[in-house]
Amino acid sequence: MRKNLNVIAAYSIMMGLIILVGIFQSWNIALSIFNLCLISAVMTMGANIQWGYAGLINFGIMGYTALGGLAAVLISVNPVQEAWSVGGSNILLSLFLIIGMVLAIRYVLKKYDKSKLRTYIIATIIISGIILVRFISEPGIEAIEEVNPAKTGFLGGFGLPIIFSWIVGAVFAGGLAFIIGKVALGLRADYLAIATLLISEIVIAIIKHEDWLTRGVKNVIGLKRPAPYEVDLQQTDWFINLIEKFNFSKLNLIQDFSERQSALNQLVIEGSSIFVKLCYSGLFLVVVIILLILTQKALYSPWGRMMRAIRDNEEAANAMGKNVVKQHLLIFVLGSAIVGIAGAMLVTQDGLFTPGSYRPMRYTFLIWVMVIVGGSGNNFGAILGGFAVWFLWIEAAPIALFVINLTTSGLADTHFLKQHLIESVPYFRFLMMGIGLLLIMRYRPKGILPEKIEIK
Amino acid sequence: MDFINAIILLLNYIFIPALTYGSQLALGAIFVTLIYGILRFANFATGDMMSFGTMAAILFTWYFQSLGVSLGVLPTALIAIPFAIIFMIFYMLLIDKFVFKYYRNQKSPPVQLAMVSIGVMFVTQAVVRIIIGPSDRRFFDGEKFIIKAGEFKEITGLNEGLAIKSTQILTILVTLILVSTLFWFLNKTKTGKSMKAYSDNEDLALLSGIDPKKIVMITWIIAGILATIGGTLYGLDKSFKPFTYFNNMLPIFAAAIVGGIGNPFGAFLGGYVIAFSEIFLTYAYKKFFMYVLPESMEPDGLVQLLSTDYKFAVSFSILVIVLLYRPSGIFKGKVL
Repeated sequence: MRKNLNVIAAYSIMMGLIILVGIFQSWNIALSIFNLCLISAVMTMGANIQWGYAGLINFGIMGYTALGGLAAVLISVNPVQEAWSVGGSNILLSLFLIIGMVLAIRYVLKKYDKSKLRTYIIATIIISGIILVRFISEPGIEAIEEVNPAKTGFLGGFGLPIIFSWIVGAVFAGGLAFIIGKVALGLRADYLAIATLLISEIVIAIIKHEDWLTRGVKNVIGLKRPAPYEVDLQQTDWFINLIEKFNFSKLNLIQDFSERQSALNQLVIEGSSIFVKLCYSGLFLVVVIILLILTQKALYSPWGRMMRAIRDNEEAANAMGKNVVKQHLLIFVLGSAIVGIAGAMLVTQDGLFTPGSYRPMRYTFLIWVMVIVGGSGNNFGAILGGFAVWFLWIEAAPIALFVINLTTSGLADTHFLKQHLIESVPYFRFLMMGIGLLLIMRYRPKGILPEKIEIK
Repeated sequence: MDFINAIILLLNYIFIPALTYGSQLALGAIFVTLIYGILRFANFATGDMMSFGTMAAILFTWYFQSLGVSLGVLPTALIAIPFAIIFMIFYMLLIDKFVFKYYRNQKSPPVQLAMVSIGVMFVTQAVVRIIIGPSDRRFFDGEKFIIKAGEFKEITGLNEGLAIKSTQILTILVTLILVSTLFWFLNKTKTGKSMKAYSDNEDLALLSGIDPKKIVMITWIIAGILATIGGTLYGLDKSFKPFTYFNNMLPIFAAAIVGGIGNPFGAFLGGYVIAFSEIFLTYAYKKFFMYVLPESMEPDGLVQLLSTDYKFAVSFSILVIVLLYRPSGIFKGKVL
């Protein structure tokens, strides 16, 4: 108990801050911050097992997040029958062609030794394959995109409950990570960082521009929800009764019946959106707790010890007979899969998929700030980092406004400097993130909750 | 005649734009490569440092414009650049003193320095946006075109026009002068040679009496010059927007690595490799084939290898291929 005091203290402060937001701003804001904190926590756990456990740099978090989001779309949206009938066969045929191409390349790689000839054969297979695929898929894609472009214009998905997409998102992201890992994991640390960053940009470019699959920048809106809709809640009796029970004393003060009714209505409307957010919080909390238990178990297992050994001294671990390449690939896939879950959760919560909103600043670098600030190698630290940094990211604007008003209180409201500063309040969050990161790296390089390994 | 038309077409839409864009990338790539070679870390703040320098140039341009100073046909930004460079170098040395120096003295691993540079990236981005705002700014003044497409058609009697913007020529010329001065400096002067030695083998360089503080300072100064000029040229040619500059970091990294990181000449050529392949692969060749081929063989489609949406993706794919087959870059060779 005693040695975990700082963990408990840090989490209590964090929860206290969120509750303060609830009291002073509104419970709605507090809960939406809390939900996004939970999602960020999942992302940081993914990044943490790559960086903290194994020392792998993955700057491609944005790409996996987007793939998770794509999974949410592909799972939950109802299939567009018309699009399937006009272009489905072409797309499926191209898919088989791509699979055939990959198999052919694998066959060539296995059958022939490394030589110039082999390189040329592979190049020919790839080039002719791409031309063939384009030739076949083009009419299909055009036909699909012409099907009611204002509303659909894409193939749609499987029409399953969106919750399944959390698993599928993990599979998608893990699959991509497997390919990237096979290609790039041999690179040195900083090369790996750059390569993953650029590959994630390629993923985003594809998601943005392949309209037949994702609707691209036209966005997919109105996704299914795992939680009830506010409008439905406001009509159901048990919910109204619940709200009435909660606010019994407050409502009893009002004597007039019609006034009481309208006050109740107001409370029901507010309550419904809070209730929906609470539903999401519950779902996300379950995910975070499951992941936390699993990652903690992994950290203290023989496997976790081996990962740390590999991280701290690759050559020695190699000499001890540990397959470094394989373990790196494994942890790369696992971490990315967790980020994929977070991506699907994010789209589930928003109810919309906007490929244009995936930017490296928000989805890669911010997550890294969370990991570093929280404490790499420590799961509790990573989660705390997700909470603290996201909280600051959202509350930076009010804080900056307060500070500006305080420091420029001597100036008139119309002074150009004051006006300029108040206009640029949204950018102070970058400043706070940067300075926060620099200070933590300088004075507490292991993060707020540093890695602590005890031999049990 | 058709053949000449086809060539003019390629010149106008591929060659000159790619040469301009390549020059802008090349300056950035040399910046990245210098920092990597001498200070030994991947600088993720590259794009934002360039936007900081450009911001300084814009502020000075506005100041000169308000004074009524102008260069006639040339953009006023040219007078602003030297002042912006001084401002920029001051900022760079400040960052180095308060941020990077500590980790250098600690002999931190490159990864940690790269993480620190992310912190610098956040701060610089915030500073630029707070001072000048996130919106699109055009600060070009003076004569826009050297040859206009219409005039060219009239003079030569060809179907295809050739338009050359003055910013394009300016970019290419300034880049050539700057880069050749830089190579002269690195290869011929004593300081340049000691920089090379330092990048090659730090301990040996220290033993032979090279002052590391001086080397680091000169590196930041050169980096400041490159970043400011590269950024300003890009801003003159296109427009200044902090977000675009941040994104430009990616093709710049690609150029530096393709050219073999730590090798300035490689980075210089890498910029052009990236620029040309981006434009070659995303250009629609329909019109070109209409000129070259007989009428019966005219293509139906646009004859575009990749849609322009994938412009960035092209350079990154090249990078990935290079990393796979030649991790040390196309133009291998000695460090710095």
